[in-house]
Amino acid sequence: MNPHELANEATNLAARAQELARHAEAYAAAGIMPAHAGAPFVLLLTIFVLACFVGYYVVWNVTPALHSPLMAVTNAISSVIIVGAMLAAGLAVTGAGMSFGFLAVLLASVNIFGGFVVTQRMLQMFRKKTK
Amino acid sequence: MPESLTSAAYLAAAVLFILALRGLSHPDSSRRGNLFGMVGMAIAILATLSHAGMSLAGYGLIVLGLAIGGSIGVFVALRIQMTALPQLVAAFHSLVGMAAVFVAASALNAPQAFGIGAPGAIHLESLIEMSIGLAIGAITFSGSVIAFAKLQALMRGAPITFPFQHQINLAIAVAIVLLIVAFVATGGLQPLFWVIAALAFLLGFLLIIPIGGADMPVIVSMLNSYSGWAASGIGFTIQNLALIITGALVGSSGAILSYIMCKGMNRSIINVLLGGFGTDTSAAGAGGPGVGDRTVKSGAAEDAAFILKNASKVIVVPGYGMAVAQAQHALREMADTLKAEGVEVKYAIHPVAGRMPGHMNVLLAEANVPYDEVFELEQINNEFSTADVAYVIGANDVTNPAAKTDPTSPIYGMPILEVDKAKTVLFVKRSMASGYAGVENELFFRPNTMMLFGDAKKMTEEIVQALGH
Repeated sequence: MNPHELANEATNLAARAQELARHAEAYAAAGIMPAHAGAPFVLLLTIFVLACFVGYYVVWNVTPALHSPLMAVTNAISSVIIVGAMLAAGLAVTGAGMSFGFLAVLLASVNIFGGFVVTQRMLQMFRKKTK
Repeated sequence: MPESLTSAAYLAAAVLFILALRGLSHPDSSRRGNLFGMVGMAIAILATLSHAGMSLAGYGLIVLGLAIGGSIGVFVALRIQMTALPQLVAAFHSLVGMAAVFVAASALNAPQAFGIGAPGAIHLESLIEMSIGLAIGAITFSGSVIAFAKLQALMRGAPITFPFQHQINLAIAVAIVLLIVAFVATGGLQPLFWVIAALAFLLGFLLIIPIGGADMPVIVSMLNSYSGWAASGIGFTIQNLALIITGALVGSSGAILSYIMCKGMNRSIINVLLGGFGTDTSAAGAGGPGVGDRTVKSGAAEDAAFILKNASKVIVVPGYGMAVAQAQHALREMADTLKAEGVEVKYAIHPVAGRMPGHMNVLLAEANVPYDEVFELEQINNEFSTADVAYVIGANDVTNPAAKTDPTSPIYGMPILEVDKAKTVLFVKRSMASGYAGVENELFFRPNTMMLFGDAKKMTEEIVQALGH
């Protein structure tokens, strides 16, 4: 193998490597882009379904005596919808968007504070009594 | 705050919420669990506050909303009487539903805030999720308002039925689905959004009016579940993990509670939802013999006190009547007096006693009854045969042996507390009227049953007095 052939082969290899790198880049771009534009629906759905299972097993473990506090606390935590309300109130550029956001913040905060306080009040009563 | 850090904060909040529910597996760990829940919520709120690009006016609105809403929430939660808990929870559910409607509306009006497109050009997927979240939220709202009105007695608790009720509901549901398709196809037309909202409000209203008072434990649980699904729907719309996970937790929690409540009545969720239960008294009464001239043994507080004093084991069976009469404190006093006399006292709770899951447990806890004296149906049912007295206060259908013996009875197959196995049954009741299911309780006519006619609280107080002599 003379030096000339060797140089040719090296050039070919380099060209091939460049081409592969371009493919890899395209794949990477295809893979990353949707993640930036927002998580794909299937990923969110996966998380949702898994969370349903977690909820299922955790809630069956709740003692029936505490089913009322369970309702009150689930009500309080479902008000985490306030996150969406805050984004609307804080980031919306239209008056309508902001107003709806504000109203939602208001309603959700009644629930958050009210829900946790009433749960705490109930749980305080379930203390071990000294007989 | 960088986006990855915000996402991590939301994840932490979701994990803390799971731990909050986990804590409820035992009263001792429950208060710490509730604390986890509060911390989780604080983290979620702070993470959102640190979101880049918030306007100053926006911050003002958020703080104002938090301050006003928070004060109202704390005020109500501190003032509410424990007997009014079911209607409070129903009212809270309605707020989650309405918040979901508002967030959906703001997502439609200002999609840029959530990165889901521009006005008039919202991503197809987001439009679908938005309209589903909207519909469930609206149904939760109006359904919970009706449940609240019924529980608060602003509205007759009796089922309201009219011809073609179910067909009308079905038609509305189909119309909502078709409108959602149109809404998505038109790229999110504002008027369509509000028509969907209006129809969903109407559907929530119509779904709950035919349902009677004693079925409320199922309905309150079901609306609890709906509020979770609504939150999840909005979570999908704005692609927020904390919302999706929490919504799923709450949704499955409410669904499990509905299932437990239905099992407690041996009815399917469909049967409860179709409503109208407990109205048809003529047909329901046909199974058992009428009152006619059968004799009922009734007694006074002194007689009851005498029997209780000479017992060695008493099992108390509380029902909704105890809550109405606020008799839980008097009841605890009676139990204390009896315990001082060396009588063993236990409490038996039927799963559907009261107007929400766990209602009786909370009321007894409020009256300082130690939770280790309170037992669920499966735990205590075989102890009635060794009890001298079953003291039934404000409960009726859940003790009716017809559920086991009479296949024609509307409550046939419902698990009951077997109070008839106790040596003596003391029934505290205002009258001979039948229970919610409209069924005669043949226990009233048994020789070992003594009826104590009167208000549950007054009667119990009189017994306490008589015990003192």
